[in-house]
Amino acid sequence: MVEPVRQQIIISGIGGQGVLFVTRLLAEAAIGKGLPVFTSETHGMAQRGGTVLSHLKVGGFSSPLIRPLQANGLLVLKAENVLQHGAFLKSGGWAVVNGRSDAMPQTNISADTIDADTLAQKIANPKSINLIVLGFALAKAEQTPEHQDSLFCSFEDIKAVLESRFSKNKELLDASLKALHAGFSAEGAE
Amino acid sequence: MNERRLLLGNEAIARGLVENGCAIATSYPGTPASEILAAVAYFQKENKLSMHTQWAVNEKIAFEIAYAGCQTGLRTAVSMKQVGLNVASDPLMSAAYMGIKGGFIVISADDPGPHSSQTEQDSRLMAMMARIPVLDPDSPHQTKEMIGMAYAISEEYNTPVMLRPTTRVCHARQDIELDYIPQNGREVKFEKDPTRWAATPRFRFHLHKALEEKLMAVSQHAPTEPLRHNPEATSSKAIISSGVAAAHSREIIKELNLWQQIPFYQVLQPFPLHTQFIEHVINAYEEILVIEETMGVIEMQLADRHRVKGKMTNAVPRVGELYPETIQDIVSQFVGIQSEKLEIPFATGRRPTLCAGCPHRASFFAIKKAVKKGIYTSDIGCYTLGLNLGAVDTVLCMGAAISQACGFYHAYKRQKKRPDIVATIGDSTFFHAGVPALVDAVVQNVRFVLVILDNRTTAMTGSQPTPASGLGPCGEPLEALDIKTLVRGCGVKFCEEGDPYQIKEFTALVKKAVKYSREHGPAVIISRYPCIIDAARKEEKAEYIPVEITEDCDGCGYCIKHFECPALLYHEDEDEKFVSIDRILCTGCGVCLNVCPKGSIVEKK
Repeated sequence: MVEPVRQQIIISGIGGQGVLFVTRLLAEAAIGKGLPVFTSETHGMAQRGGTVLSHLKVGGFSSPLIRPLQANGLLVLKAENVLQHGAFLKSGGWAVVNGRSDAMPQTNISADTIDADTLAQKIANPKSINLIVLGFALAKAEQTPEHQDSLFCSFEDIKAVLESRFSKNKELLDASLKALHAGFSAEGAE
Repeated sequence: MNERRLLLGNEAIARGLVENGCAIATSYPGTPASEILAAVAYFQKENKLSMHTQWAVNEKIAFEIAYAGCQTGLRTAVSMKQVGLNVASDPLMSAAYMGIKGGFIVISADDPGPHSSQTEQDSRLMAMMARIPVLDPDSPHQTKEMIGMAYAISEEYNTPVMLRPTTRVCHARQDIELDYIPQNGREVKFEKDPTRWAATPRFRFHLHKALEEKLMAVSQHAPTEPLRHNPEATSSKAIISSGVAAAHSREIIKELNLWQQIPFYQVLQPFPLHTQFIEHVINAYEEILVIEETMGVIEMQLADRHRVKGKMTNAVPRVGELYPETIQDIVSQFVGIQSEKLEIPFATGRRPTLCAGCPHRASFFAIKKAVKKGIYTSDIGCYTLGLNLGAVDTVLCMGAAISQACGFYHAYKRQKKRPDIVATIGDSTFFHAGVPALVDAVVQNVRFVLVILDNRTTAMTGSQPTPASGLGPCGEPLEALDIKTLVRGCGVKFCEEGDPYQIKEFTALVKKAVKYSREHGPAVIISRYPCIIDAARKEEKAEYIPVEITEDCDGCGYCIKHFECPALLYHEDEDEKFVSIDRILCTGCGVCLNVCPKGSIVEKK
């Protein structure tokens, strides 16, 4: 018997990076797979440049928030946030972090890193950091599909969500898929 | 199967309203309730519903409009944040006595934390005071279900019903099943009944009696009885919870492997608490832990004090949001198991500040230039952040900038040295509660300057229209009020408009107003420039002025301290101090060209 999906993921970054957009894509991917989903965000006085944190819970949960040491995975769009939000990750959980590996803050978390800022410049889409990091996380997950903490959705699932969201904007869709793919096929992801 | 859509808690509330035939929905924006009305308007448009949605000038007016709608037999609702309910408390108390004809729901969103409110007040206590039933949802899903329950109670027992979501419910997203939306087919009929709708004190006594009888009946209403989630568990201890705290508790009790042991009850209707439930838990358990936000409302209704643990016994914190990790700690202590205290480190980020290019910053800078040592009263909105610039001394509640300015004037008026008083208030806040205060200032000839920060929108809560916008929640055209005409109509003789981006002229205008006010009475300036993030008014914005910092910058920090624009970056290392421009954040407003005392901020050629 297959264990029902039960995953808690923290998505962390700064205002303007598209943390909420990534959260939304993952949540819609969950709905697409018929899974119950909860997301929660920091609202209110957070603004451009400030820390943005979102909680994503997929499966049979009743609480919208993730407790410390309970997250299966951590998706971090701004490396320095690992210092604060690393506390959510449970032991053995995965972490995918945007930043050069030599610029990682000192923590006991072993993270897979991707320099999405540089990659985004390379594909001439500086606002696509969020999709690059997500693509990279999807590639990492595909390498360990047997792992119970592995992501609940695949590259194809996210692609389908993007296609449905941007069905009327081919240009935006193509740019988004390009960024997602850039992260998915990035060095270190193979 | 019905469509499942990812909905914000507030959108789920809105969906519940339209699925249950709500025909009039009103609101005044306020975090965390702002998205409710916008979502009702969205569903109204999407489904071409025949209904009335509106942003009212304040919560009291919003309440009264929706209430009158229910007096005609329609189902109606009013939504607001918890402090908005203070403004609407006058009609609330009276409407509870008179009851309803069509179902009427008062949605008051609480903000434990507080995340973005003046207080952590618990609206359920307002429901107790008004003597109306209140429902406490744990999730977006349940909040939608509770709209149906609330209308049913309202119409069965002839009473307004409160729905009290909290920030974590309003701002969580969940997959929600969409149900059918009926078109409203109710007859609109106001039946005259003066002994009720216009009751004099003698009749009010009878209405009060009837109200208490209704509450007794509601305390036995079966559909909202507390849920016993794990009937198999038996113990001398039990846990009772409600709202999002119940959602956290349920998950934690399961994960601590206590689900088979500790009976867990979720209260749906914290007031009136079901009488049979009170009797049952007091008889069945030695120790009862109550976990709820923000005050001990359920706890205080469980009369047998020596059995009950909660806020009054300090088993549960009395202030702040109940995070799940806190609840894990509380539950562990209650059942006597070891638990590691876990916390997420506090972020030492920047303090909140006005956006780069915000016209409020320019207004405050000019005010400080013109009036160096004054008393600066201010109000509720983004511009509260004028605090950072030393241009805000007081923030009490909506509209108080003007009345506090009056109070300060009266306190000082017989003194030899009278400070200049400059009040600042946003356009929406001025409409909301500033107008009566201004009338008072005119009548008393209060010598002060009022600067109305007119950014053409209700910015802090997400750019909702103001009475000056001439737009409704669906974007439909409405009458637009002119602020200057209104100010003059209040009897103010000095009222001038200015553009805060033209900082020299604007500073001179403030000086002129101060001079006038010292001799004659109230002077009003309307500082007019659209909110920098309000996309709807892009075309009204000034031309981009590129700026740069010259080599001469000695890093004195004057601009950082007195102007605090996020696009001005301060650098300090061993051998040099200097300021640079963040090219991404800078909006090119050009106001900072007038800020540096040494002239090191210049236009880039």
